[in-house]
Amino acid sequence: MTSTKETLLTPIFKENPIALQILGVCSALAVTSSLQVTMVMCIALTLVTAFSSFFIAAIRNQIPGSIRIIVQMIIIASLVIVVDQVLKAVAYGISKQLSVFVGLIITNCIVMGRAEAFAMKNPPIPSFIDGIGNGLGYSVVLLSVAVVRELFGSGKLFGFEILPLVTEGGWYVPNGLLLLPPSAFFLIGMFIWVLRSAKTEQVEQPDFTMAKHTAIEEGI
Amino acid sequence: MSSKDGVSRTLITALALCLVCSIIVSAAAVLLKPAQEANKTLDRKRNILAAAGMLDESKTIDEQFAQISARVVDLRTGKFSDDVDPEEYNQKKAAKDPAQSLDLTAEQDSAKIGRRENYAVVYLLESAPEQFEKIILPVRGYGLWSTLHGFVALEADGNTIAGLGFYEHGETPGLGGEVDNPRWKSLWPGKQVYRDGSVEIGLIKGAVNPQGDDALWQVDGLSGATLTSTGITNLVQFWLGEDGFQEFLNNLKSGEV
Repeated sequence: MTSTKETLLTPIFKENPIALQILGVCSALAVTSSLQVTMVMCIALTLVTAFSSFFIAAIRNQIPGSIRIIVQMIIIASLVIVVDQVLKAVAYGISKQLSVFVGLIITNCIVMGRAEAFAMKNPPIPSFIDGIGNGLGYSVVLLSVAVVRELFGSGKLFGFEILPLVTEGGWYVPNGLLLLPPSAFFLIGMFIWVLRSAKTEQVEQPDFTMAKHTAIEEGI
Repeated sequence: MSSKDGVSRTLITALALCLVCSIIVSAAAVLLKPAQEANKTLDRKRNILAAAGMLDESKTIDEQFAQISARVVDLRTGKFSDDVDPEEYNQKKAAKDPAQSLDLTAEQDSAKIGRRENYAVVYLLESAPEQFEKIILPVRGYGLWSTLHGFVALEADGNTIAGLGFYEHGETPGLGGEVDNPRWKSLWPGKQVYRDGSVEIGLIKGAVNPQGDDALWQVDGLSGATLTSTGITNLVQFWLGEDGFQEFLNNLKSGEV
């Protein structure tokens, strides 16, 4: 049994769900153009991952093997609907901006992945902490992407002006690409590159090597 | 095979889980409904104000909305009507009720809305009684995935656009969803609707040439969202056209409402 601290901290850098497992990237592209929206998304995902792992772990010995994925989905979907409803009631503006992406937490591979890989085999409390840890791992990547995108894309952080824009009489020419979804691909790619350069054990072994090209030699 | 994998156990577990989850989900939906409805109304009022170009963040929405009055227009005659109460009237419901709406023929129905209600609630900004400064009209129509619901605000002349905004749609975020982009919305004010008595305004492919002869009647299309752009052109043309508010606007101009 690993310690609580390890369960919590391992997924943040050592086994980051986005950087190492490349899971949940779709929402990372879509919601990271502003920090405030990203923050809400991270909190929502962390809560859903933690509580779904908790409940699935709590009934893991009752879940029949033949319908276990459906059972996991029902628990996750219920939690996501509740989160969506709460957001609509207390933060209507943000929930409108997040639109379908809250609902899409249901299909986020991190939530399903943790339920299947960890919660089905561990007691509720460690599963809950594992969920929090993975949610935080997701959040670290998303928030750092969002900081870069919002700061250099629109000169703001949390909607407050940091770099005065040329269009508003300042000096900073914003990088429009950063406001478009593909920029998150580049940023996540760089994040993974930096992380794997620092922690070389994360570099994957190639699945196969290219055989030598023989046709040229035959030609000679 | 352990006992938990038996057929009856599987069924019981599935049923029990569904029951518990549905209770939780419906409890959340019912308990939070009042707060969500309040948010929706507030958002609707905010959109009406934003479409009219008079949203002031320093004041509360309700305070600003005090200047605006809601009136019911009979779309068949183009005149104000007192037959229904604007507070009570549910326009969405009326549009689906055959007794309260008109079945549009395929030719008429450019906005693809199926039926058009007989009565519509419009919002008027009055500087003095019967002196209309801005006319805010509800519009809706089909885009790519969804029906877009919004408002078009016109200046007192009933021809110059003061603003446009959508408060509900399900278009692709980042493409068709750019209808919410303030930069795009800011292209609308000042554009003209009618040319020689017929509706001319519409979105074009690419950017409008400001020196062009037609620039007053054209708005930049949304890039990557051809179908949403076409949908918006259609819905604006429908609602400001013969089956929409054109007659009402004409009556308003001649003072015969």
